[in-house]
Amino acid sequence: MGYFLRAANPANGLIADSSRDSAPCSIAATGLGLAAYAVGAERGFLSRGDAAARTLAALRFLSDSPQGEEEDATGHRGFYYHFLDMQTGRRVWQCELSMIDTAILIAGVLTTGCYFTAEGNDEREIRECARFLYERVDWPWATAGGSVLRMGWKPGAGFLSYGWEGYSEAMLLYILALGSPTHPLPPDRYGAWTRTYQWENLYGIDVLFAAPLFIHQLSHIWIDFRGIQDAFMREKSCDYFENSRRATQIQQQYAMRNPRSFAGYDEHCWGITAGLGPGFTPRQYEHGLERQYHGYVARGVPFGPDDGTLAPWAAAASMPFAPEIVAPTLRHVRDRHPHAISANGLLTSFNPGFKNNGGGAGGGGDGAIRGWLSPEHQGVDQGPVALMLENHRSGLLWRLMRGCPAIVAGLRRAGFRKGWLGSASR
Amino acid sequence: MTAAEANDSGSRPAMPVTPGYDVALAANVRPPGWTNPKPASNYHLVIIGAGPAGLVAAAGAAALGARVALVERNLLGGDCLNVGCVPSKALLRSARFYADLDQAPTFTGGAPMGSDADFPAVMERMRRLRAHLSRHDSAERFQSLGVDVFIGEAAFAGPRLIQVAGAGLPFSKAVIATGARPSRPDIAGLDECGYLTNETVFNLTERPRRLLVIGGGPLGCEMAQAFARLGCSVTIANKERYFLPDEERDAAEILANALRRDGIEVRHNTVVTGVSREGMEKRVRLVNDHQESTVVVDEILAGVGRVPNVAGLNLEAAGIAYDQKRGVLVDDHLRTSNRRVYAVGDVALERKFTHMAEATARMVIQNALFMGRKRLSSLTIPWCTYTDPEIAHVGLYVQDGRKGGHPLKTFTIPMSDVDRAVLDGEDEGFVKIHVREGTDTILGATIVARHAGEMINEISLAMVAGIGLKTISQVIHSYPTQAEAIRKAADAYQRTRVSPFLAWLSRRWLAWSR
Repeated sequence: MGYFLRAANPANGLIADSSRDSAPCSIAATGLGLAAYAVGAERGFLSRGDAAARTLAALRFLSDSPQGEEEDATGHRGFYYHFLDMQTGRRVWQCELSMIDTAILIAGVLTTGCYFTAEGNDEREIRECARFLYERVDWPWATAGGSVLRMGWKPGAGFLSYGWEGYSEAMLLYILALGSPTHPLPPDRYGAWTRTYQWENLYGIDVLFAAPLFIHQLSHIWIDFRGIQDAFMREKSCDYFENSRRATQIQQQYAMRNPRSFAGYDEHCWGITAGLGPGFTPRQYEHGLERQYHGYVARGVPFGPDDGTLAPWAAAASMPFAPEIVAPTLRHVRDRHPHAISANGLLTSFNPGFKNNGGGAGGGGDGAIRGWLSPEHQGVDQGPVALMLENHRSGLLWRLMRGCPAIVAGLRRAGFRKGWLGSASR
Repeated sequence: MTAAEANDSGSRPAMPVTPGYDVALAANVRPPGWTNPKPASNYHLVIIGAGPAGLVAAAGAAALGARVALVERNLLGGDCLNVGCVPSKALLRSARFYADLDQAPTFTGGAPMGSDADFPAVMERMRRLRAHLSRHDSAERFQSLGVDVFIGEAAFAGPRLIQVAGAGLPFSKAVIATGARPSRPDIAGLDECGYLTNETVFNLTERPRRLLVIGGGPLGCEMAQAFARLGCSVTIANKERYFLPDEERDAAEILANALRRDGIEVRHNTVVTGVSREGMEKRVRLVNDHQESTVVVDEILAGVGRVPNVAGLNLEAAGIAYDQKRGVLVDDHLRTSNRRVYAVGDVALERKFTHMAEATARMVIQNALFMGRKRLSSLTIPWCTYTDPEIAHVGLYVQDGRKGGHPLKTFTIPMSDVDRAVLDGEDEGFVKIHVREGTDTILGATIVARHAGEMINEISLAMVAGIGLKTISQVIHSYPTQAEAIRKAADAYQRTRVSPFLAWLSRRWLAWSR
């Protein structure tokens, strides 16, 4: 929670990608931060008025900032560039207009519209802005005339050459796109995407497979998938919440097997997902074991890449699905790997086996060999922890979004039925 | 030999010209001074092309008593023997040996052995083995089998007549088995700078220091890995997001990681836009998601697909429909638009594999000569990319199954759960078997393992014989073997059959009988 309070620019509401100096804004971190303000206000980390002011700063900026095909615009067709300058809000790093990061941003925006329901001017303006920003997004444009949503677009160059295939965090993107009252994605596009799913029996567990753990969490921050089913899950007599529970169990099973003999892995130490690592190294051998380390990669189980880097935040964000294995894991990390927790929260990642003779990020300056520690916190890590723990404790975000017309309409158009959706207002 | 020299051969593989083993090869597959036989007054079967399909059709038909003519314009044995599977797998085996040397610490616990590959010796081994295997495909052997072997360009002169080297070969039935050749990439400057294909790369005698491989299909991936392991600095430019775009994404990602571990610079979503020469170097312009970059290499190997050999056959004279991309058009019985003429192998099929060519050749003997009704669509065809780990597949992919309305379930066994794979230090990969949901009927499988090509055959056998996972789980597999992964997948299926009711019943029974 503290991350979002520290990492926001109060002038425009944008939230930094990470805690490192001069990090740009990540629109995904901004979306997570907007949702976190609601949680923070409920939990007393900040006043409702402060939360509304922070929210309004961001929504006003997002509403007024330049959209268009210019190289340095903030967004285009209602979508936003992945990274923006913290001060000016303009595109940086020649980055792509990101469909999934826009979806995370818009989910945060919609959360504020559902949370700030009082009659005051500020809260009324928040609701109006939230509606405007969501309804402005031209979701069908992002299919580029094809059957699946593309991942990105760049000015002058056009759409990135690939789209979403296989089960992923794009569930949130599809639901938001389907639910739009102004630019809805045709429902058959959802079917085209789910046809790329793979239902597997792995370690004796039936699961809709995706290797990195965060995939099984991101959409669940906002959408209560308990007891509701689309055609695919009806076919499998399962739901996406139960699926994420199983994916969490598979992470634990993998760590217990520990096929590459990485230091630290066991039933209470797992969490393998996309994120930072020690950095690329050539192949090397340590006591007869092959080792090669990576920087930022989409780590996953059971087929890798896996270089022994763990993301304790990813374990924490699975708390609603499988508290019986997540809580002991967090206690274990606290007791056995205390350096993976800083005063500002769980680190983005750590690698207990990485050889580090006291130097660099993991050394702590005291010469101790304690592996590699991520030198920073990231918004896209801190957000899921705060928001999923709140869902576990109170279900706040799920409750708010069950009343969000966009989510309800999107789920229904995707073919979801039963559960709370049966009684949700149309 | 360099790429420029190797490319002089034009659009068909040149007879390898190095002294020694290549002379022995030539004596078998293009004997010097060969004299074509006097044509018969009529042939039961005339076959154009003496690659794997043509050879199998000729030997099979002759063995059954047919009068057969086999026409080859270039090298008997076709691409497979001369410039395809045979030389490439010889190269891959040597490359694997050097990779194992690099891995010495994992087997010995000691220091790396660090052996530099002897490239000329590796190529010499390949030539020796190729010459050795060419005996099976020799002109002399086929002549001894009773086949009339003609060397020369074949062309149809009418619906029932083929001309070759000035002689007319009248036929009752004919088979077109002319194969395919590498596509020519449309890249500015590439022709001028010279490049290698599978038709020329095996003629190299010197190791290129830096190599760019264009194409992320089976050929590109296999050769990139082999040359990297033999000591080249290799970059691979793949226009797709993943390697082997037809294969499972997990398989493609494992392969990409394996290639990176071998030191290959992997560039996905990358298109080659131009090549220029500076001295002995080739400067290659690449574009990745609209960002331009340049790599400087000594040689370029293009593996960007294959096109069927239909030119020069005068197919129109026999009323045979064809397409430059799809090749000779055939029905499910492999018959062309001329009911007396059939086409098999790469010239007619989307799946261009030696074993597919041979399978269709066996079909066509029955269909052409014995009024058979064998169908192409009934074949169960496995295939394998021989990288390390290998990637093998048979049957349906999950997406195909779902599009076809079949609910599928996949039983996945990581190779790291298989004792022998762990003991061998070969535990990367998986066995995935796709069954029709709620049944044990196998619809397809993908295996990623060091010996996946061997392991997939058990699945193919099961599919052809109609054996399901229930039966496979009852088949005792030797312990410890890597193929146990397949039995483990079957065991996983069996465990899903234990319903809560059955489990309850079992507990009650055991409690009662205690």
